[in-house]
Amino acid sequence: MSVNPIDLATEQLAPQHEIALPAGRPRGAFRAGAAVFVQNRLAVAGLAVVVLLVLFCFGGPLVYHTNQVDVNLANATLPPGAGHPLGTDETGYDELGRLMVGGRASLTIGFAAALIATLVGTLWGAVSGFFGGLVDAVMMRVVDALLAIPILFLLLYLVTIVRPSVTVMIVVLGLTAWLIPARLVRGESLTLRMREYVQAVRMMGGSSWRSVLRHILPNVAGTVIVNATFQVADAILLIAYLGYLGLGISPPATDWGGMLSKGTNFIFPNYWWLIYPAGILIVLVVVAVNFVGDGLRDAVEVRLRRR
Amino acid sequence: MALLEIRDLSTDITLRRTVVHALDRVSLEVSAGQTLGIVGESGCGKTMTAMSIERLLPPGGQIVGGSVRFDGRELTALPEREMCEVRGGEIGMIFQDPATSLNAVQPVGSQVAEPLRLHRGVSRAQARTQVIDMFARVGIPSPARRYDDYPHQLSGGQRQRVMIAMALICHPKLLIADEPTTALDVTIQKQVLELIDDLRAEIGMAVILVTHDLGVIAGSADRVAVMYAGRIVETAGAVELFANPRHRYTEALFAALPDRVAGTAQRLYSIPGLPPDLTDPPSACRFAPRCRHAVARCRTETPDLSGDHHAFACFVPRPAGPAAPVASAVPAAGARAVGEAGWVAPTTYVPADGTALLSVSDLAKDFPVRTGLIAQRNAGAVSAVAGVTFRLDRGEAVGLVGESGCGKTTLARLIVGLEQPSRGEILFRGRRVDRLRGTARRLERRHVQLMFQDSYASLDPRMRVRAILREPLEIQGVGTSRDRDRRVDELLDAVGLPRRSAERYPHEFSGGQRQRIGLARALALQPGLIVADEPVSALDVSVQAQILNLMKDLQQDRELSYLFISHDLAVVRYLTDRIAVMYLGRIVETGPSAAVYSAPWHPYTKGLIDAIPVADPVQEAAKPRAAVPGEPPSALNPPSGCRFRTRCPRAQDLCAEQEPPLANPIGPASRLVACHFPLTSSASATVGDTSDERDMT
Repeated sequence: MSVNPIDLATEQLAPQHEIALPAGRPRGAFRAGAAVFVQNRLAVAGLAVVVLLVLFCFGGPLVYHTNQVDVNLANATLPPGAGHPLGTDETGYDELGRLMVGGRASLTIGFAAALIATLVGTLWGAVSGFFGGLVDAVMMRVVDALLAIPILFLLLYLVTIVRPSVTVMIVVLGLTAWLIPARLVRGESLTLRMREYVQAVRMMGGSSWRSVLRHILPNVAGTVIVNATFQVADAILLIAYLGYLGLGISPPATDWGGMLSKGTNFIFPNYWWLIYPAGILIVLVVVAVNFVGDGLRDAVEVRLRRR
Repeated sequence: MALLEIRDLSTDITLRRTVVHALDRVSLEVSAGQTLGIVGESGCGKTMTAMSIERLLPPGGQIVGGSVRFDGRELTALPEREMCEVRGGEIGMIFQDPATSLNAVQPVGSQVAEPLRLHRGVSRAQARTQVIDMFARVGIPSPARRYDDYPHQLSGGQRQRVMIAMALICHPKLLIADEPTTALDVTIQKQVLELIDDLRAEIGMAVILVTHDLGVIAGSADRVAVMYAGRIVETAGAVELFANPRHRYTEALFAALPDRVAGTAQRLYSIPGLPPDLTDPPSACRFAPRCRHAVARCRTETPDLSGDHHAFACFVPRPAGPAAPVASAVPAAGARAVGEAGWVAPTTYVPADGTALLSVSDLAKDFPVRTGLIAQRNAGAVSAVAGVTFRLDRGEAVGLVGESGCGKTTLARLIVGLEQPSRGEILFRGRRVDRLRGTARRLERRHVQLMFQDSYASLDPRMRVRAILREPLEIQGVGTSRDRDRRVDELLDAVGLPRRSAERYPHEFSGGQRQRIGLARALALQPGLIVADEPVSALDVSVQAQILNLMKDLQQDRELSYLFISHDLAVVRYLTDRIAVMYLGRIVETGPSAAVYSAPWHPYTKGLIDAIPVADPVQEAAKPRAAVPGEPPSALNPPSGCRFRTRCPRAQDLCAEQEPPLANPIGPASRLVACHFPLTSSASATVGDTSDERDMT
């Protein structure tokens, strides 16, 4: 309806009329996003590295059996060679097998802590920013107060009370790291709530929760995802610090940071196989996760999708 | 010889995958003291022409052919260093948005002085005096004090004056003004255009005025070039072009103007479709796919610009002779079937017993202004809406007109419930909607919907159109999931979009198409009243005509009522039955659209109407100069008595002491005016005459 005769007549002559709606069938949200993601070569490489590292840490022990429980001082600090491709450490554990064990802890803690921090922080920030006023003031002062506590000292204090395990680490790191995403998301949601499409929801009689869940959260997704990858990297680095200070996960379990820390005792004898592998893996996973984050941010940005 | 001669200028923009042929063999010339207007829809290459002259092309942009001779020099071949001297020194430029073209952290005076010191090597103190002189010349009040102000301390109109001062400070030979008034109110627009005109005569410079507004061109330009899809399709003297347009595109642009058909109950002509994709322009007349008169030849051959003083590139030109008044308009279609099964007529829930659909009385909204970071003190209140009373009956379309900052948008937000009133009441079909809470409020909300100005900002970029249109239905719990999908299809049909648009995202649509989606969303809940806040201001005339026609059709089909807010009186007059004119939070005049438009009573209304640029150079020339001087005062401390008195040519002592009531001095209450000295003399000989006499003394 509502097409005047002239429009109709011309439309038959003018296929361009629907220039903005080309013929191609729209793809599903996931496939369209994936198409954008694969265009970013670095992100694909990053994803490959992350997948390989996960396979290495979790699948590796199935094909490469080593004893990671009993100390064997007779085999301590062997250089790479037959039987021990990456040598052994100062307590005689096979270094390659050790990397798998340590990687399990590092990756699990990194990803799980980042997940908790991102979920809590995003929700906190979105609610705070959307409601504004008193709600915002109270919620943000809580964040400010917690930010005033240096995380490293809090962790140092906690590990002296509780015996550090992977679970404890996840909970502690997750519950301290959410402050940053909370502040980021709060800032974005302060501007988003003034957007007309959020106001339109109010006009239709929609609830505030609807605005937050359906409009604010999807629109901060780009920021949140990039930040989440920083969170993964931060968490891995933070347990590396703790491990470096000797307060990491207790033996015989370990993580890459702890391995690197012990390895640095052997700089002078030049036992390089105790330093480089762990260090390189830490750098590799941090960089790879950041690349993946960049790619994901573009993938959730619908405007970048090709029609 | 002309000051600027452009011959066969072609510009390409290389993107990642494609090349956009932005300009195709454009030829223009401007002589000293002349104003050339360039007009066309957005994306047709107007700005690109200006940028090519200055060689300020976007990344990937490159002049690929032709020449630009300026004052005897070839600009396309000039080394970058010398080009810098030309820019700002000999060619001044004014951009569209003064808010973003000025550096926010530098005082405006030193920004204006910068080209002077750069190009003329003037000392700091000398620059200061010259800038202050120039400020005075462009009409900035107390120029010496303004020198050290920052951009945010100035109003929009003043910022544009600063931009003009900056462009003119080196006494350029050519001024390029790219949409210089698009972001300004009509009253300010008129002042700025007159200023440019005066300065042109004074300095004897040439001006290139780029705009989409045919009215602006009619009032200022000596010659006009009409651009379409990167080419010039017609060029002629302004009077000749407006009286006798030959190219079919020019003709269609005129036919789409609402002031040509207002009051005739005829439909606006809208140009169907969109401009062609310039990455692969057709080797034919580029307008042919959208042209009503296109013949086979138009689709195979490219017409060349031919003619001496009046050149046009068209195989089937409009016959020479004065433009027939509304040759292109089609009579409004009769009642069409409403193809929507579940549609509920507003008649079923709006009583017909004379109760107003919407009735607002003494409505006011103050925004408190707080100062201080920690201990916040109230520093007064901005009185955005101050005691507004009006009613809107079922099926009626009421227009709300006024300059920006007059409280139109706040009033709209109060009515749809996005703001709570400070005072007064809003009755919707006899019920106090501002008092409702909870579920009752949610249910009542569905009958009043708002249509936003910026169709891009009002649609969630991450939602598909289907989700956008389903959202109101989900919120109000209308129907099952399948019903909602069916409603989405019906809504898309109703606003003239293909059904498969439902799976697309908002950014995939053009501005006009997005505004259709916005309208569809407003219609989703089958409201009785749609409050439309500047729904067509951001659109090109041809697209604007489509939306206005659509809104008019829907009003008939669905018994809709509109509260139509706009700064554009011509648009309001086309669509509405009654007009209310607002000034600083108050309604100063209200009455039937045609009557108010043809014989305004309030001096402000008259000033507004005089300020609207009319697409007719002869009429434009006959118009009085800036009828509303100055800018609206701050709503923080509004003037006592009549709020308009500070800008009113008829103001007297009484106006400052007493606030004029909204009343009809000579007749029934269908037409009201809030003025002690209304312009009713022509309408009646009783009260009007006395006030007129008093005014003369």
